Amino acid sequence: MKAILKRELRAYFQSPLGYVVIAAMFFFTNYYFFTYNLYNNTTNFSSLYSLLFSVVMFLVPVLTMRLMSEDKRSKVDQTLLTSPIMRIEIVLGKYLAALFVYLIAISGTLIDAFIVTYFARPDWPVIIGNFIGLFMLGATLIAICMFLSSLTESQVIAAISGFAVSLFLILIDALSYVVSNPFLQKFFSYVSFNDRYVPFTYGIIDLSNTLFFVSFTALFLCFTTVVLERSRWC
Amino acid sequence: MIEVHNLTKHYGKKVALGGISFSVASGEVVGLLGLNGAGKSTTMNILTGYISATSGEVSIDSHDIMKESREAKRVVGYLPEQLAFYNDMRVMEYLNFIYELKGLSRNKAKRKEHLDAICEQVGLSDKKGRLINNLSKGYRQRVGFAQALIGHPKVLILDEPTVGVDPSQVIEIRQLIKTIGESTTIIISSHILSEIQTICDRVIIIDEGRVIANDTLENLSSTIHPNHKLIVRVQGEITQIKAALASVESIINITEIPERETGTCDVCIEGKTGCDIRADVFYACAKADLPLLHTYGHEFSLEDVFLHLVGDNQEDKNIIKTEVIQK
Repeated sequence: MKAILKRELRAYFQSPLGYVVIAAMFFFTNYYFFTYNLYNNTTNFSSLYSLLFSVVMFLVPVLTMRLMSEDKRSKVDQTLLTSPIMRIEIVLGKYLAALFVYLIAISGTLIDAFIVTYFARPDWPVIIGNFIGLFMLGATLIAICMFLSSLTESQVIAAISGFAVSLFLILIDALSYVVSNPFLQKFFSYVSFNDRYVPFTYGIIDLSNTLFFVSFTALFLCFTTVVLERSRWC
Repeated sequence: MIEVHNLTKHYGKKVALGGISFSVASGEVVGLLGLNGAGKSTTMNILTGYISATSGEVSIDSHDIMKESREAKRVVGYLPEQLAFYNDMRVMEYLNFIYELKGLSRNKAKRKEHLDAICEQVGLSDKKGRLINNLSKGYRQRVGFAQALIGHPKVLILDEPTVGVDPSQVIEIRQLIKTIGESTTIIISSHILSEIQTICDRVIIIDEGRVIANDTLENLSSTIHPNHKLIVRVQGEITQIKAALASVESIINITEIPERETGTCDVCIEGKTGCDIRADVFYACAKADLPLLHTYGHEFSLEDVFLHLVGDNQEDKNIIKTEVIQK
């Protein structure tokens, strides 16, 4: 797993992809930081983190689009799958590499919080809660988009399907208000990423919301492993 | 070292392997032959654990490839037909990556020593810092070899190792395989029959997912054509030679071969099954006052054996097809 992790990290930083994702995230973070915190003279970071929800939803598919599909297209997967490592190790190595780049990308929010700390007293527990929420949201989304990437040989299709799923997860909130069927209403409300994410922006680290993101992540990592395993039987 | 028992593989309704069995002893170099789509690559992919068999068992170094895949894969080095690399990596970076992937010693000095030795062996010492993407096909093939050799695998599986490589490099690669074959079990698949003939101790011929021959080339040659054949060069006219040999009862066929020396005739003489015709031919020529300049036995090449076996199989198939149509 360590070999895969190192290889993927190197790939992110030997190509522009890792830098572009980090730069884009830093740009949006600092843009919102300027407009909501500095301009309004507030130490409340909740608005900043709420707005980053949508940014993350559209940046993660870009981060993960090549993770599995590129190996499939170039047939490098044959080298990986004939090596003495388990399929789950391949999946975890790639996942952790993407997660590490994502962690660097969202660390800009903490830098801004440190800057504010120099001049005022921000509510650090709320900031940490927000950061954990944003981290968990990204971690889950990376697992989902990586699964989508494992289904295709095309990076473009992987990215577009990632955007579509992200859009669906954003719109799912509205759906729970539109449908009249109580079961569907409850279902949409239950799977809404936004509803699970919002409590984190208040600094509330709720166990059920944490478990929601962790279990979704584990589920999609398992799905990706199954896709790799299935390729063996085709 | 390798035991394959009743291996089948179905792709949907298509049967790629219909129950093949063979074994390869430690240190043996075995050639896997077959027409396109015969099932060679499928067999190799199953042996390396890339794909799973529909049924049957494969054990490598006493490890079942399905149940103990990690242990089995640890002893296998694989050079696939379609070489695929991370093109953004340099040669040494890539070899280091494979070294780590195989979970070998973490000692940096040992690693460097091992990888340097492999680069030296495959002739990559001066290309270590080059981007794989910028290497020629021949050198990419060497990188493929190098990655397969990492960790001193007990078994090497080489799928078409010289495809697309220029002739001078082909000779080097064959020599390399021969050298490695002295201490390693090798299964090699190739379309170049002369390559198999030069390198391998034994040949397994697969056709339509079945093993149709599994023996040494010498044994296969003797079984496909038991008739004794001689090629002789005689000083004289073809009519004289045919007349002289007409009285020999054990001869069933005489075929003229294009002349190679002025005033002589080369002929291929075929005797009856089990008959040694050498003495009869000598005395018949001597009696007719025809000097015998050369005599040598006709040896079957791997091409002859392969075409004969696959051809026989093709005839069987045609007969079956005709019977089905008639019904």
